[in-house]
Amino acid sequence: MEKLTDRSVAVNRSPMTFVERMYLPAIAKGLTITLSHIFKKKATINYPEQKRPFSPVFRGLHVLNRDEEGRERCTACGLCALACPAEAITMEAAERKAGEENLYREEKYAAKYEINMLRCIFCGYCEEACPKDAVYLSETVMPANYDRKGFIYKKEDLLIPHPKKQESK
Amino acid sequence: MSEAPKFKVTIDNITIEVPAGTTILNAARMIGGDVTPPAMCYYSKLKESGGKCRTCLVEVSKGSEKDPRPMPKLVASCRTTVMDGMEVKNITSDKVIDARKGIVEMLLINHPLDCPVCDQAGECDLQDLSYDHGTEGTRYEFARRTFEKEDIGPYIQLHMTRCILCYRCVNTAQELTNRREHGILERGDHSEISTLLGKALDNEFIGNVIDVCPVGALTDKTFRFKNRVWFTKPVDAHRDCPTCSGKTRLWMRGDEVYRVTARKDQWGEVEEWICNECRFEKKETKDWVIEGPSKVSRTSVISQGHYVNTEKAHVLIDKVIGKQPQLLMDIHAISDVNRPEIKLSEIEGPAHSDDFKGSV
Repeated sequence: MEKLTDRSVAVNRSPMTFVERMYLPAIAKGLTITLSHIFKKKATINYPEQKRPFSPVFRGLHVLNRDEEGRERCTACGLCALACPAEAITMEAAERKAGEENLYREEKYAAKYEINMLRCIFCGYCEEACPKDAVYLSETVMPANYDRKGFIYKKEDLLIPHPKKQESK
Repeated sequence: MSEAPKFKVTIDNITIEVPAGTTILNAARMIGGDVTPPAMCYYSKLKESGGKCRTCLVEVSKGSEKDPRPMPKLVASCRTTVMDGMEVKNITSDKVIDARKGIVEMLLINHPLDCPVCDQAGECDLQDLSYDHGTEGTRYEFARRTFEKEDIGPYIQLHMTRCILCYRCVNTAQELTNRREHGILERGDHSEISTLLGKALDNEFIGNVIDVCPVGALTDKTFRFKNRVWFTKPVDAHRDCPTCSGKTRLWMRGDEVYRVTARKDQWGEVEEWICNECRFEKKETKDWVIEGPSKVSRTSVISQGHYVNTEKAHVLIDKVIGKQPQLLMDIHAISDVNRPEIKLSEIEGPAHSDDFKGSV
């Protein structure tokens, strides 16, 4: 049969020599490799006391952004839900009423906004699609939870703290 | 009476014979495809439309067989009729492509670009036009014109800032209704669509202005902010209507009818006008006889998630394990979205914060 690659090597099936049959040199060689690793740098760290630096492009838990005055930026345009390959994002929109101008930036806002973290694959397409700088993937790792209920993140769970209310605290 | 003489016209090197009196735009539409100039104000169903937006500009490189001189300027193809032996350049002319880019920039000068908020997004002619023919950015640095908000009735929402002054809605009202109650007031940069003295538009066919509007200036108030166009599924349906043909397109989500519009043809024009009752009042599935899903262009965002001719794969897990798999979480028990007690399609006008108060 024709060779598929030129890298294949025939298995050496010749009988073992006397030195090879003794096994001891091979065992000594193996032990030296094992022992030499004691003096090498460790591959693990003591998490959570020590933490590895995140890559600048790390994509973690989502946040919903507010503007400088603390108004929600999201207008429920649905582009994040459209871009989402895992169909994890759902929302319902509402119209801003008079007197709610300090809560929502635009005339239309997301009354309900939900991300199903069980579906989310953290691809970051929602962040890319967002025309209003509203959704961002933070550098926080998604926390674990005991049951599935805890992975349905609602708008209140995603919104960043109010910048002004936080200052007065 | 003899038949109307046929004229031979060549558009982008494609020759076609059309009856005399056909406009260049309609001749190009007979050929179809890429050679058709875009049109923002021309509407074949409206007699007086056209000539306003200038997006359909084409170059006439040969006037006719008898007078082969080229036309000195680009001409609006929706208003220029063909001559025998005319040669027209549309996409093969750099001048046209350049001019169209400028026109798009001009149309967008005062456009607020609030597509994330606008209900027309996804089926907007101006979005398509600027995507196909426009530039990426604008050079305009000044404040865009703004208007005082005007309420023109319980069914139609007017967003004057988005208007491109195509006059389609004015022509629709003129030709469909006995008495036109809205029009363009003021002039130049101050022109605006308005009803004089704040009247409400209440003619029984006035809802059609929503469909003819190429942008989001006139939108359906009963659908306002309810859902995005591309998350609803278009379905052709009809009903026995005493006033109109009753042939409509329903925009559904599950069993809820979110919006009713007229059916549109391949040029985005209404096939048959529908009345206000069909459009605004009949928001229940039982009012309609559903014919089947509408055909949506594969390139349209509305076709996302709408699969046709699919075969459902057999689920065999219950046979393998000998019982139904255990459901570990019912998403509807936890999710706040799509609550059964909140029927968005039944709320009049847009939802507000108090519409969601009752739910968890």
